[in-house]
Amino acid sequence: MNAPRPRRRGGHWLDGWTVATIVIAALATVPIFAVIYLALTPSENIWPHLVSTVLSGYISTTLILMAGVGLGTLLIGVGTAWLVTMCRFPGRRLFEWGMLLPMAMPAYIIAYVYTDILEYAGPVQAALRELFGWSGKQEYWFPEIRSLGGAIAMMTLVLYPYVYLLARASFLEQSVGVFEASRSLGRGPWRSFFSVALPLARPGIVIGLSLVLMETLNDFGTVDFFAVNTFSLGIFDVWMNMNNVSGAAQLATVMLLFVAFLVFSERYARRRQRFHNTSSKFQALPGFQLVGGRGLAATIACLAPVLLGFVLPTLVLLRYAHQHFDPELSREILGHALNSVKLSVLAGTIAVLVAIIMAYSARIKGGKVLMVANRVAAMGYAVPGAVLAVGVMIVLGNLDNGIDGIARENFGFSTGLIFSGTIAAVTFGYLVRFLALSLGTVEASLGKVTPSMDGASRSLGRGAFATMQFVHLPLIKGGVLTAVMLVFVDCMKELPMTVILQPFNFQTLATFVHQYASDEQLGDAALAALSIVGVGVVPVILLSLTIAKSRPGHKGGE
Amino acid sequence: MVGIHHAYGTTKVLNNISLTVPAGELVCLLGPSGCGKTTLLRIAAGLEQLQAGSVTIDETVIAEGAAQLPPEERRIGFMFQDYALFPHLSVLDNVIFGLFRQDRRTARARAMEMLDQVGMVQHAEKYPHMLSGGQQQRVALARALAPEPRLVLLDEPFSDLDTNMRARIRQQTLTVLKQNNVATLMVTHDPKEAMFMADRIKVLGDQGRILQSGRPADIYYKPTDEYVARLFGPMNMIDGVVEQGGLKSSFGTLALEDPTVVEGAAVRVLIRPEGIILSKGDDDGGAPVEILSAHLLGDSSIVRFKVRSGINSGSEFHLRMPGAFDLTEIGQIWARVDPRHAFQYPQNQ
Repeated sequence: MNAPRPRRRGGHWLDGWTVATIVIAALATVPIFAVIYLALTPSENIWPHLVSTVLSGYISTTLILMAGVGLGTLLIGVGTAWLVTMCRFPGRRLFEWGMLLPMAMPAYIIAYVYTDILEYAGPVQAALRELFGWSGKQEYWFPEIRSLGGAIAMMTLVLYPYVYLLARASFLEQSVGVFEASRSLGRGPWRSFFSVALPLARPGIVIGLSLVLMETLNDFGTVDFFAVNTFSLGIFDVWMNMNNVSGAAQLATVMLLFVAFLVFSERYARRRQRFHNTSSKFQALPGFQLVGGRGLAATIACLAPVLLGFVLPTLVLLRYAHQHFDPELSREILGHALNSVKLSVLAGTIAVLVAIIMAYSARIKGGKVLMVANRVAAMGYAVPGAVLAVGVMIVLGNLDNGIDGIARENFGFSTGLIFSGTIAAVTFGYLVRFLALSLGTVEASLGKVTPSMDGASRSLGRGAFATMQFVHLPLIKGGVLTAVMLVFVDCMKELPMTVILQPFNFQTLATFVHQYASDEQLGDAALAALSIVGVGVVPVILLSLTIAKSRPGHKGGE
Repeated sequence: MVGIHHAYGTTKVLNNISLTVPAGELVCLLGPSGCGKTTLLRIAAGLEQLQAGSVTIDETVIAEGAAQLPPEERRIGFMFQDYALFPHLSVLDNVIFGLFRQDRRTARARAMEMLDQVGMVQHAEKYPHMLSGGQQQRVALARALAPEPRLVLLDEPFSDLDTNMRARIRQQTLTVLKQNNVATLMVTHDPKEAMFMADRIKVLGDQGRILQSGRPADIYYKPTDEYVARLFGPMNMIDGVVEQGGLKSSFGTLALEDPTVVEGAAVRVLIRPEGIILSKGDDDGGAPVEILSAHLLGDSSIVRFKVRSGINSGSEFHLRMPGAFDLTEIGQIWARVDPRHAFQYPQNQ
């Protein structure tokens, strides 16, 4: 056949997408691999020293913390989810979304607040002393808030909503018929709950629990403030105080084993979850009417976590902010707030742009490679901030040294540190950690656009990029904005990476609050803390709206 | 398209398919769902990677081996089964979407002209979700035709419409396609739709092989394959052995057209329900029958009967006849076979 050949290869243009995706995935994982690499090839090996001194303490403390928070969030999360979905009692409709409010509260902020009111000099103990006429510490016993137990309580109060959300969704998805079948076969409501409803909801609950435990591992502010020696604190200590990078990397690697276990449990649960959705049909939920004392008990059971985890700390902060209001300090806080916003907007925007590229190339190119690349790039969400911070420091430090070396050799001058200790370093850390958020959201909204849209646009003469620009982007606008917002909020709240990676003389709201609270000056930082909580409330409201809109019988998006 | 093969994993969906759509003609791929029809369209449009074979349009190879022109450079229109109208664009902007190479005014004029052809001008400013299924279908057609494609692909274009609407839209679509004199490749699982629309029909079988191609009349009157014959509904079946160049039956010796069939070969004759004619006398050598039941469908009736004598005595058959059948009419009835509706195939196919 002597007909003219096609001008160019069809795959050529699309390959740009593949390359971009793989490069992004590589960049997102470099810090993690850098940590592992450095841990295995330490310059100055303090591993034996760590093993003989602090390691077992870190491991046991971290395990106890995880066990405590896990148990606490399970009890509160599953219990309230069951009450809210299956029973009718005063205030139930409010609690449906109100249970989520503590999500807005970072653990470190609630820790500062409770320390302030529960410590020896705080109002609670002072009132007790006055009431009973005690004169000193030795005359009575009061729980020490700055302890492992205190840390468990604080994290439980703000992390239980993860379990609540997923347990509630699982209960809603269950066919009520299964539960009723159990009861008609002679099992009472309690036994039916434990033998039918709970096992069916288990995959969802395990996902929620894994997320809780990842957050627990990630926490730095609370354990630092309470001096509870977990891995996060240990990494920080070895890095900053012992000035040993390899040691920090080695601790971080051990911590990654914990993370790997959690990620595995989560993935496993997600796989199983699919088989557990027995029926897609919703029936009206039975709605056991709880009257009198039982109704009151249910109301209190739901009210207590919300009061303790959100309302009370917010009120305290409001009061402090009012008492300690100082125009001078407010201007300073505004400056930090601007820093926070700048960083978070930057990270949010880049995270979403990157997510769009990745999700879209997976869509148009398909194939295993891109799917794996996207999952790998999203790994950062499970990795604790302290570990990522170490990784980012190692990578950027080496990069700076490399560039510096080349510049000296070839041009005879030193470039110094270009990336380390700059906004770029913090942003990079944020991106690695929160890329999963934006990617997940963008993938979800892109998934709702039928593939024939792509085909229609392409066959009408628009290329892959124009199709994205004129068809997909307008259609997924809402999802894109949500993604920016989610990353933005998490960046605003982020503490461990910001503390380690922030430039000299640069503070965000979070690090400012951390510093002031550590100096026992929470009053002065109350305004900043409130701002963080205020920002955190935004996604909670969004989530609440989704929940309010989804009623049994209508398929709700959660 | 020449020698197209396609497989998903180890499942072959297209097996050595070759077809040509002559200018201005409508070719219809007819086959059961899941037989790879849509895949073939997607390959033609460049939405699916070609695995083997080649695609040529206007004597230009647009896909062969690794060299595949991206869909946006093929100038092939595609109308999707779900219409795929862009929900964020108005009807007019949907049609203008493919006209971006023209200046805005020319594009608008062309889009309005197309909307006029499909009778949707008055809905130009509406959004897709405000339209009925039939209206969406017409907008999708206008959108596909607006950039004057060299070929239009229609994927089950009428499957989402209700029966009453379907006949009207089918007629209108055909009119618009002929008016624009555009080569069209359409896929459907509905034989009547294919008969109505097509200049040529290609019947695709289960293994993604073309079983027969030809004009609609060929497919109906000369089905070369038992599968093709059965496409149009349940058939009457007589199995037997060839004797003296024919198959002996209660309806007389059914002559076999195929000269290659040897004496003693096992053959199967399929008779369309509309190919059995009842009469009150045995003037044409019919078989005496006993009527079992009659079902009025509206424009025609299905009559089930049993043969009373001869080789097929006791066998049940069914026929279709225009109008109603009066069961109260008493008297012996004979049935004979119209040879144009009887087809012969080797057995155990």
